[in-house]
Amino acid sequence: MTLLRLIVQRLLLGVAILFVVSALIFIGTEILPGDVAQAILGQGATPELLENVRIRLGLHDPAPVRYFRWLGNLLSGNLGTSMVSGADIGQLLGERISNTVMLASATALIAVPLAILLGLLSAIKPNSMTDRAISAVSLSLISLPDFLIAIVLVMVFAVKLGWLPAIANLRPGQDFFTVARMLVLPVTVLVFTVLAHMVRMTRTAVINVLSSPATEMAILKGVPRWRLLLVHALPNALAPIANVVALNLAYLISGIVVVETLFNISGLGRLMVESVTTRDIPVVQVCAIIFCAVYVLLNLLADIVAIVSNPRLRYPK
Amino acid sequence: MKTAVPKVDNALPASGFKYLLSQLTLTPILCLLVLTGVLIVVLFAPLLAPHPEAAILTDESFSLPDDTMLLGSDFLGRDVLSRLLFGARVTLSVAFAIAIVAFILGCSLGFFAAVKRGWVDSVLSRSVDALISFPAIMVALIVISSLGSSITVLIVTIALIDATRVYRVARALGMDIVVQDYIEAARVRGEKMGWIIWHEMLPNALAPLAAEFGIRFTYAILFISALSFLGLGVQAPQADLGVMVKENMQGLLYETYTPLYPAVCIAIVTLSVNLLVDWFLKTTDAALPDEL
Amino acid sequence: MTERDANETVLQVNGLCVSAQNRKRQLTPIVTDINFSIAAGKVTALIGESGSGKTTISLACLGFARAGCVINAGEVKLGSVDVLTLSNAQRRAIRGKDIAYIAQSAAAAFNSALTLNRQVTETAVINGILTQTQANEKAISLYRELDLPEPETIGDRYPHQVSGGQLQRLMAALAMMCDPRLLILDEPTTALDVTTQIEVLLSFKKLIRNKNTSAIYVSHDLAVVAQIADEVLVLKEGREVEFGSIDNIISNPQHEYTKELINAAHVMPEQLPESRSPLVDGDGLDALPLLIVKTVTAGYGRSHKYLALHDVSLEAYASRTIGVIGESGSGKTTLGRVISGLMQVKTGSVALSGQPLDDAINLRDREQLRSIQFAFQMADVALNPRHRIAKILGRPLAFYFDLPQQAIDKRVAELLDLVELPAEYAQRLPRELSGGEKQRVNLARALAAEPKLIICDEITSALDTVVAKSILALLRDLQNRLGVSYLFISHDISTIIKMADTIAVMRKGRVVEYGTTPEVMTPPHHEYTQLLLNSVPAMRTDWLDNLQDNTFSNQ
Repeated sequence: MTLLRLIVQRLLLGVAILFVVSALIFIGTEILPGDVAQAILGQGATPELLENVRIRLGLHDPAPVRYFRWLGNLLSGNLGTSMVSGADIGQLLGERISNTVMLASATALIAVPLAILLGLLSAIKPNSMTDRAISAVSLSLISLPDFLIAIVLVMVFAVKLGWLPAIANLRPGQDFFTVARMLVLPVTVLVFTVLAHMVRMTRTAVINVLSSPATEMAILKGVPRWRLLLVHALPNALAPIANVVALNLAYLISGIVVVETLFNISGLGRLMVESVTTRDIPVVQVCAIIFCAVYVLLNLLADIVAIVSNPRLRYPK
Repeated sequence: MKTAVPKVDNALPASGFKYLLSQLTLTPILCLLVLTGVLIVVLFAPLLAPHPEAAILTDESFSLPDDTMLLGSDFLGRDVLSRLLFGARVTLSVAFAIAIVAFILGCSLGFFAAVKRGWVDSVLSRSVDALISFPAIMVALIVISSLGSSITVLIVTIALIDATRVYRVARALGMDIVVQDYIEAARVRGEKMGWIIWHEMLPNALAPLAAEFGIRFTYAILFISALSFLGLGVQAPQADLGVMVKENMQGLLYETYTPLYPAVCIAIVTLSVNLLVDWFLKTTDAALPDEL
Repeated sequence: MTERDANETVLQVNGLCVSAQNRKRQLTPIVTDINFSIAAGKVTALIGESGSGKTTISLACLGFARAGCVINAGEVKLGSVDVLTLSNAQRRAIRGKDIAYIAQSAAAAFNSALTLNRQVTETAVINGILTQTQANEKAISLYRELDLPEPETIGDRYPHQVSGGQLQRLMAALAMMCDPRLLILDEPTTALDVTTQIEVLLSFKKLIRNKNTSAIYVSHDLAVVAQIADEVLVLKEGREVEFGSIDNIISNPQHEYTKELINAAHVMPEQLPESRSPLVDGDGLDALPLLIVKTVTAGYGRSHKYLALHDVSLEAYASRTIGVIGESGSGKTTLGRVISGLMQVKTGSVALSGQPLDDAINLRDREQLRSIQFAFQMADVALNPRHRIAKILGRPLAFYFDLPQQAIDKRVAELLDLVELPAEYAQRLPRELSGGEKQRVNLARALAAEPKLIICDEITSALDTVVAKSILALLRDLQNRLGVSYLFISHDISTIIKMADTIAVMRKGRVVEYGTTPEVMTPPHHEYTQLLLNSVPAMRTDWLDNLQDNTFSNQ
């Protein structure tokens, strides 16, 4: 069946993209800089010392060999050790991943439905007061740097009012209420940063569907408004909306990196920024792979939603 | 086939530019004024700034505004206003350079792919797809981790990331235009590729491309500021709006507004550009209904 | 079905005005003071060209105005209820149930994400008139009545799985689901191929007659309307021109504009135009053909994977016209593209004045390029919207003749004069011209190159009939004065007959009949030519009924 074949094709493509992504990450981090040993030891290192490190890291092997060794290690769960602290990367990641996932999923759970709702609201009556208000607010939000939103929120709710903590020092063993209280500000900032783009793009997608002759026909055959939206427009808008959500993950990821640094959350984004600052290449690689893989997979998911919701592909001629 | 679409405005003015001028309302005028002011700051910051950007004028951190320092001092006792002027100059010129490079690269490749089609288009589009399967911030972080964050590296890296987005827009626009019969007419006439792109395609893509440039510019400002804020963009002794936010974050605990000033500066510029683009898109869209 | 009183008035429209509203809330009238009524079981046609407001009126009968429009005066009485004074909910309740609408393009009007049955039965089920099971049964009987294939199962398909003609009939089933008192058909056959158009028209006529429904039939084509309507309202620029019974309008039109419309209609000419004597060269011998297309096979995709032309051969003579006729998918446009060099041949050859033409456009020399010009179908997109007319016409002059600017300006004025446009138009942009004027500029651009052959690809089919007629007259006039020859591509056999000296009938990429116009037009015809000929309605009311006995009776 065509549909199945298309999905399998997409999945294979996804795997291929992951390979390319991993290769590019490897090239970006290992081949461009010239000398990792120099980077580790600094300018003052003696030639013998440098040579020792090179041999220990296997830097004399050709690049493809090193790439596949590295990839093989990654796939078998051996993530390597940090160059700076010497700690096992797997252990380093453990609880940081769960913090980041918590932050991201809380944001997504709030932002996605809210964005679709607001997008629908403004698309139903273009140029109405509601639409203009939503447009103005989302345009302003797009223009604001995420740290500005964070600073204002922290100033008001943490410094002036003292209601919420200014930093989110997440640690294992904290009870739900403490965690939730700490996450309020970071999640709010993240929701603001991803919401605006999603609202605008959802609005455009839905307006496109609603301005089709099929919508006019539905009105002319007496279909009530709610039914028009839910039964007629939504199935057609599903694919573009899924696409919008996937596209905005990129904003979510960069938002996470900034917000984790801002609120001192011990998560993957902050780990990556710190590793970039200290040039801890193995950690950078693993973090980058994780972020990119999640991004690629979710985009893949959106693609598949788009395929499945298209009757032309589900029921070929 | 054809439906009787009512033409509300039959007497369309001949010149697009004159039409734009006639449609100016308060918001775009304000935006233009702000941006002109910003341009003056960027060009003449050294003349306008009351103090050198690195001069430590007081040993008091986060001092309140007074006659010598209109916005007070920063965490090291430097003049916030002077640093804002210098910082805006750095941030905006870097962002502008990024947008220009991204634009020239993305546009020319995008149009080229649209006109050439075939394997040229495939190769270019697949490469862009590969780059786009990275979240932008990841690309930046990976490159900075290996090459460090000099201004050149920053400009080239972010411009490259941005160019992929411009490429997609330009290619889509080009594809739309290339199938129009007037392009076909030029080809039947025997016109060369360069003439077709320059005379037939470009004039029709100008409005959406101008809007895209505005969007790319604000994106570059936000991106470079975010990197600087993370400590991975413009490096510390130099004033940059993102750097200034980062340096003065501790000021929040002393209830000063210092970290807010640079952030607000960024917001004012990006908001003005975005509002202007929004107005421009709406106006050109209404003025040229048969062409979009 | 209850029998309705024949004298009962189903719809009464009084003083209807619709205006366009711009952002500053200023109104520009689109439709002004329209009055008509429809008796039970009767069909009233709204006839007019684009911009006449016919669709706007038909939508207003449903109490609907498109975005940017407002209904600002008048009443639309359905029985005793004024549709325009109803609340939104009340209007919704009568739409689909009492007044049903059949849209121009069913392909666009059906929702691609829902099954056909679901859309056909929706109004009846959500209004609680029928249960889903009853509605499905009724739909099947309607499908059968409309001669749709596999009536039991066709409703389970999605819109993309059936053909355009079938979709249009499914749209009729949708409309008839609740046995509406009034049916509105908005150009229901315009988007279809000529041969399909007649089949669909037949189905509609049968349906309306069987159900004794009143209907508004919106069309630009008087000959089509004559087959189905009882009364006609002729519209121009949103105002009534003439109202009367169809017989009166056709046989005894009162108004100038109605006469013009009848004159310009795409109907078969009473007699073939006089055939022109064959050309002779200087020595009194038969002239050689200007263009020879010899056994050309060509297609799209990599290495001509999807063939659009099979083994096509034809010849064109100087200052004569060859007509190429076919429906969509016949390959007629591909042929034009091959000759102009926009597409390459797989096998076969094209020769101009005895010299073979290279099939790649960049290998042709300037003289060859100049000799063959192309006039496009859609003048709207054939002229660069950012170039002034002076540049559009001036560029070929600069390109082919290297003329200095002064000479170009002079020549542009001459060219505009040639196509009967004022010289001031040189400073205008295409969007400041009407559709017919743009087509004239399009033609002038081709003439600027002083070509031997102009390929006219459906150049009149997007135009209103009256405008199209004037363009055709201009083409003939130019041929007489300049001796240019045309390759005239069209889907409309009546136009081809009026224009062409020789005709090539194309179907599915092959030439099925080829010869001089008298030869092709004299029986016996090729089966397909016969079908095309039978698809042109005549300007009389009994044409369709008589036709049923012949060609289409087996459909």
